[in-house]
Amino acid sequence: MTLQHIEQAASLGTRDGTTSLGTDFLRLGGRAGIRFLSRYGALIAFLAIWQVSSSAGWVNTAVLPPIDMIVAALWKGLAGGTLLGDIAISLQRAGLAFAAAVLVAIPLGLFMGQVRAVETALDPILQVFRQTSALALYPVFILLLGLGEASKVFVIFWATLFPLLLNTIGGVKQVDPKLLEMARVYGARQLTVFRRVVLPGAVPSIFVGLRLSATTALLLLIASEMIGANKGIGFQVMNAQYNFQIPLMFAAIVILAGLGLIANQALVSLQRRLCRWSNAVD
Amino acid sequence: MSSTSGGEVSIRDLSKSFSIGGRSLAVLRTLNLDIRSGECLVIVGASGSGKTTLLRILAGLEAADSGGVAIDGKPVHGVGAERAVIFQEPRLLPWLTVLGNVAFGLEVRGVPKAEAEERARFYIALVGLAEFGDAFPRQLSGGMAQRVGIARALTVQPEILLLDEPLGALDAMTKIGMQEELARIWSEENVTMVMVTHDLEEAIYLADRVLILPKEKGGAARLIDIDLPRPRERSESRFVRYREELLREFGLH
Repeated sequence: MTLQHIEQAASLGTRDGTTSLGTDFLRLGGRAGIRFLSRYGALIAFLAIWQVSSSAGWVNTAVLPPIDMIVAALWKGLAGGTLLGDIAISLQRAGLAFAAAVLVAIPLGLFMGQVRAVETALDPILQVFRQTSALALYPVFILLLGLGEASKVFVIFWATLFPLLLNTIGGVKQVDPKLLEMARVYGARQLTVFRRVVLPGAVPSIFVGLRLSATTALLLLIASEMIGANKGIGFQVMNAQYNFQIPLMFAAIVILAGLGLIANQALVSLQRRLCRWSNAVD
Repeated sequence: MSSTSGGEVSIRDLSKSFSIGGRSLAVLRTLNLDIRSGECLVIVGASGSGKTTLLRILAGLEAADSGGVAIDGKPVHGVGAERAVIFQEPRLLPWLTVLGNVAFGLEVRGVPKAEAEERARFYIALVGLAEFGDAFPRQLSGGMAQRVGIARALTVQPEILLLDEPLGALDAMTKIGMQEELARIWSEENVTMVMVTHDLEEAIYLADRVLILPKEKGGAARLIDIDLPRPRERSESRFVRYREELLREFGLH
């Protein structure tokens, strides 16, 4: 079934003498419905299969509880406030680390992309750091910074720094030299060239880095909260599993997925606003 | 809205060579030339004859090995406000609208935004894009984008307009239209125009004089006056004779 089939049916209806207002509504409703289904159909089907197979007892309900139980646990955790504290502390950890990574990586990346000597000097060490898993370094950070907030924030910061830094450097370096020459012909000074050509040219690539970093931040957040934490969403996932509160465990996982979606959506809409000129936003 | 006098170029004993694979390759050998204020000089030559290099030296984007260029008696070092360049590619900033791109040249020179945009609008209209001020470069065709590049160069009101195969990337139909447009702009703006092309017909259509750069070592550059009334007619017999003369220069006829 495609859009065209529906439209044909609707226009036939008009010719047959049905009230055109009614058909218009039908057609509008049909179009919106189809757009909704083509986008979310697979997701809805996935949830439906889960719900049916769990409540019908085809799968072990203790491991995969039905969706309504998960929703109930989620509602209880949010409305009762037990999960709100976890969300707050997790957001604080990831947010601090992400903000610090942005503050360090973007200026440093812009500088490294511009000044060849700096990039040459720092690139080898960057490559080594980048290839060393942040999780493998977490025990080192714990030794250095203790098992408290500092080591958690730092390991997230460490992991989010590199995607952003490398994408910023890449963005600066890939700015078309022909555009730089054009700006020079019009007498633009170096600072003007940077502000009006290099920086806007690097923005799409910086956003790629921001979105990668946001995903990484959430990933490392959970990993760090699974070790030596007594609060946070990652802690809740582990804790609920230990205590066999499986619906609560899934509720915490749902919150994580939600945070990831919100962070990504926020960055996408920011990118749309800043990069109206390119249609490279997916 | 046009610059009045000035725009006289004198080229003295200009030489330039590049080293390619350890070998030094001379592209320009002691070239001497005077370009008159307000004239349209078109440079042709086989590939490798140094025509683009000459234009880039005039623009101040490259330095000569020896000899030099003076504009209105003042020696040229680097880029200058009295010159504007139109490249083969439009080189538009994709994040600026047509208006933003055309105003760009004035803005980086410190002209206030409102004033720069007002002048930009005039030249956007001059190249026939009045309705496209708010469009982004990706929404434009190749010919339209090149018009924006031309408008940007005109907006800074240069005495000398340097064009490096500006129509080279356009299809044949668009190209003829743009040649007419360039001829009109040149006559309205009273600007010295120096243009590089590999299209002989384009050279005859636009030029007061055609400079032919030699390809072989020891060959001399040649100047040919194009003594035809404007607007020029491509099928006219004298136009065709100039074409044959230029082809002979290239040993193709």
